[in-house]
Amino acid sequence: MNAETTTRLRITGLGIVIAAVISTWAFGAFGQKATPGPGTAPASANAPATSAGAPTATATIAAPGKAPDALVERGLYLARAGDCISCHTGPSKAPFAGGLPMKTPFGTIVSTNITPDKAGGIGDYTEADFARALREGVRKDGRHLYPAMPYTSFARIDDADMHALYTYFQRGVAPVADKPPATDLPWPFSMRWLMLGWNFLYLEPGVYSPDAARSAEWNRGAYLVQGLGHCGECHTPRNSLTGGVKSTSERRGDSFLAGALIDGWYAQPLRHTDRPTAAQWSSADLVAFLGTGRTAHTAAFGGMSEVVENSTQYMSKEDLGAIASYLQTIGAPVGSSPPVASPQTAVVAAADRHPDTLKLRAGTVEGAGAMIYLNNCNACHRSSGAGANGVFPSLSGNSVVNAKDPTSLIRIVLGGSAMPSTEKAPAALAMPGFGWRLTDADVADLLSYVRVTWGNKAEAVTPAQVAAVRATFKPADLALTKP
Amino acid sequence: MATIKKPSVDAVLVGFGWTGAIMGMELTAAGLKVLALERGENRDTVPDFAYPRITDELSYGIRGKLFQNLSKETVTVRHTPADLAVPYRQHGSFLLGDGVGGAGVHWNGHHWRALPADLRLRSTYEERYGKKFIPEGMNLQDFGVTYDELEPHFDQFEKICGTSGKAGNLRGDIQAGGNPFEGWRSNEFPLPPLASPNSAVLFEKAARELGFHPFPQAAANASRAYTNPHGAQLGPCNFCGFCERYGCYMYAKASPQTTLLPTLMKRSNFELRTRSHVQRVLMSADGKRATGVLYIDAQGNEIEQPADLVVLCAYQMHNVRLLLLSNIGKKYDPATGEGVVGRNYAYQLNGGAALHFDKEQPMNPFVGAGASGHAMDDFDGDNFDHGPLGFVGGATINCINTGGRPIQQLSLPAGTPTWGAAWKKAAKENYVYQTSVGSQGSVMSYRDNYLDLDPTYKDQFGQPLLRMTFDWKDNDMAMTAFIGGKVEQIARAMNPKHISMGFKKKGEHYDVRPYQSTHNTGGAVMGTDPKTSAINRYLQSWDVSNVFVMGASAFPQNFGYNPTAVVGALAYWSAKAIRERYLKSPGALA
Repeated sequence: MNAETTTRLRITGLGIVIAAVISTWAFGAFGQKATPGPGTAPASANAPATSAGAPTATATIAAPGKAPDALVERGLYLARAGDCISCHTGPSKAPFAGGLPMKTPFGTIVSTNITPDKAGGIGDYTEADFARALREGVRKDGRHLYPAMPYTSFARIDDADMHALYTYFQRGVAPVADKPPATDLPWPFSMRWLMLGWNFLYLEPGVYSPDAARSAEWNRGAYLVQGLGHCGECHTPRNSLTGGVKSTSERRGDSFLAGALIDGWYAQPLRHTDRPTAAQWSSADLVAFLGTGRTAHTAAFGGMSEVVENSTQYMSKEDLGAIASYLQTIGAPVGSSPPVASPQTAVVAAADRHPDTLKLRAGTVEGAGAMIYLNNCNACHRSSGAGANGVFPSLSGNSVVNAKDPTSLIRIVLGGSAMPSTEKAPAALAMPGFGWRLTDADVADLLSYVRVTWGNKAEAVTPAQVAAVRATFKPADLALTKP
Repeated sequence: MATIKKPSVDAVLVGFGWTGAIMGMELTAAGLKVLALERGENRDTVPDFAYPRITDELSYGIRGKLFQNLSKETVTVRHTPADLAVPYRQHGSFLLGDGVGGAGVHWNGHHWRALPADLRLRSTYEERYGKKFIPEGMNLQDFGVTYDELEPHFDQFEKICGTSGKAGNLRGDIQAGGNPFEGWRSNEFPLPPLASPNSAVLFEKAARELGFHPFPQAAANASRAYTNPHGAQLGPCNFCGFCERYGCYMYAKASPQTTLLPTLMKRSNFELRTRSHVQRVLMSADGKRATGVLYIDAQGNEIEQPADLVVLCAYQMHNVRLLLLSNIGKKYDPATGEGVVGRNYAYQLNGGAALHFDKEQPMNPFVGAGASGHAMDDFDGDNFDHGPLGFVGGATINCINTGGRPIQQLSLPAGTPTWGAAWKKAAKENYVYQTSVGSQGSVMSYRDNYLDLDPTYKDQFGQPLLRMTFDWKDNDMAMTAFIGGKVEQIARAMNPKHISMGFKKKGEHYDVRPYQSTHNTGGAVMGTDPKTSAINRYLQSWDVSNVFVMGASAFPQNFGYNPTAVVGALAYWSAKAIRERYLKSPGALA
């Protein structure tokens, strides 16, 4: 916690602390959504019917004469970029009808109906009401939203985009009358006005203001990342007491997009650090990753699978390229220029001849980790750790493998992970969970081995770290493990 | 029990294996609202075929975890119309599939196009050897579709599967290293051939030095990472040796799951209902039109599903049975030779030589894939002169190392004790040094080999089982005797220390117990004459024009190949006719 925050906290007093507690778990609650999330591969062996896919945002009822179709289309595009559908669609699967419960120890937050139905949804919202909800977190009736709604990011959305979004939600979405159960938290969390204090700390008013020293493309990327894309909500670390993100732009310190734990996964750093990160990837790889959920050597996992599936796959090549050009500069060494190829490309190309590869091939197995690798991982990820182009991620030079925080790595080994199914790459290629057959010590040995092999450089993993991740597993986390 | 009536769909697919998935893709692309009814479970690579549980030979290889449960439904078998048929109670001779992907999940991936001559077999033999060459009682027929017509669809299906192989005939130019006897192909295979196991390297050299024409077996096991035209991805095969009887844990084997379902399952005009067991096709009062299907769901409810178009996409035997249960087409009568449904059931006649080598020549059988190895086509189809031999048909000869699984793939020299210390010693000494040379031979169709409904045995729902009346015939025994000679010649040239020959001999009867082939064919064959075929050349019922029947039940007789590529190509051919002609003007296409 920095000094400035501490001072503000003193001023705002106890209410803030309560609000901070609320917000901390409110964000954490994202992971407990009732939707299948990463396990959306056609799943259960006993499901009687299985063709029901994820809800898809579409422009349905552009009323002729009321709004130009182009504006509705634009709004749809932006709504996808903002991934509104993921949280605002519940068990009924009616797009944007809300009702998604987020269970917490303090009660259940339920997402609201944002279809244009006047009774159930936001049909009676004026554009100003709508903009206020998105930018300030205040409902039409004046009550505060909980910051599960990323209004501190949406505050950056400019007026033109706000108009398009409003038009889409009024004219392009089918109205649904259902009124999801109201979020009814017990006292003191029921006092929504407490958010005033929290907002005082974390809500920076003002739409995105371009950096004149940067290109239009870069600014477009910054606008999307900081605003609609609300990337920082997962990828920027939060203040442990108040739950607010530590930084909202590259101009506000090194913690912006520095990686953070969320929903039991480690959302990877999206800035330059002392390790391999996505900020070092080529623009082509970043565009491919966001557009299809995979590159030649990596794959999306965890919550990011859902983001790609519901949001980024629909974004234009230009916008994804703009996001790339922005991310490539965050924390970059002064004077460096964006990479032509991702560093992992060269690592993979050389992996076949790496001494560790040759050792495995020769049957020289040193230590338990190498043996566990051969017995469980080698078939797909190969003795070179290089996997297979576009199908099996390369462990060599992989930013997730080399991340300081091994939480995601542990989680993938224990429970498996599926790539998103996108229009361009429909196969939700999946790795099964190995938690049923590997002990905590096995996983620790395995990952400690993988994190120092083929040129990888990362800390050893301890059995206690594995046990801690395993302890958080819920039945839904075992969807990719054969019963 | 009250029947529940569901809202109508444009097309209902009965069975959701390869042809169901192909039809699902093609008909949804045409804008139709399509429903697939699958009697088995849904399943996918992860978690259902996940490593390492799928490589459990006892559960999957021996106990058949992915196969049809024969205690609920099976087929009865007899040799002649005078015999009493008894149920096929354990998987032996052939392996019936079940569930999403069907047998397309647990196949080996041998990917063969038919020879141009195979598709017009009667015409070929009559033209070359004269009408009298074809023996009395042999129902040899042309498919009614030509190789040239099917070529684009063979090509299409290879691209879907990411087939690994080497072309032998590119637009008429014979290519070194490929099969010189194959029909022309418009394109090279999508992927290069799989690496050859040690045994196949030896086979290739021996066969070539004897003047034959060996080539790498075309495999629907991906030799490289591959993305198909629908964007579905395959991983590179790692030769684990668990293809047939198993699902592929690494996305390397083409199956509906790996190639088509990622796209199809996302389409909003497609629906899959699993555990939905179709009982029969429902007919209009005048019997001229199908109105839908009747099925029993997982809860035991009887459901009426109306549909404008009914496509039977089940396995060969189940398609024939459904036609019989639904009274579509005239039932075959072996006494008169009249009728078409059940007519021309055929099988395959295979043989092999088990080879055991010295310690200097490890075969490493554990390095295997369903279709890794070499084959030769010199004595298949009409690629050789049958005139002096006097039989119809032939066989492919191959050396494929599908794996070295301990229970089913440990062969020991003839004469080895079958248990005890001597067996153990022999197993230890021979496992690494064993291989085999096999043949896959054609079986023709005959007047008294056929399918009908069993008068005694019923399935779990009380419907009569399908009855198979089948036995080997002299013509096919002569074929296999001839092929056995060639196999022995090659096996000797490979110079093992021991050879055990395993070819059937004249006088032997069909035995359902040992595994032989899951390439059962016929019973609802395609053709250009409604008197001798149940469906026309577009796989459309002659009698009920809104019923189409996919699969190997359409083959007029069997050939020396694995059928999947032909089944896939025929489905695409039929789908094209439906899309371009039938939907514009529903009715008979022929």
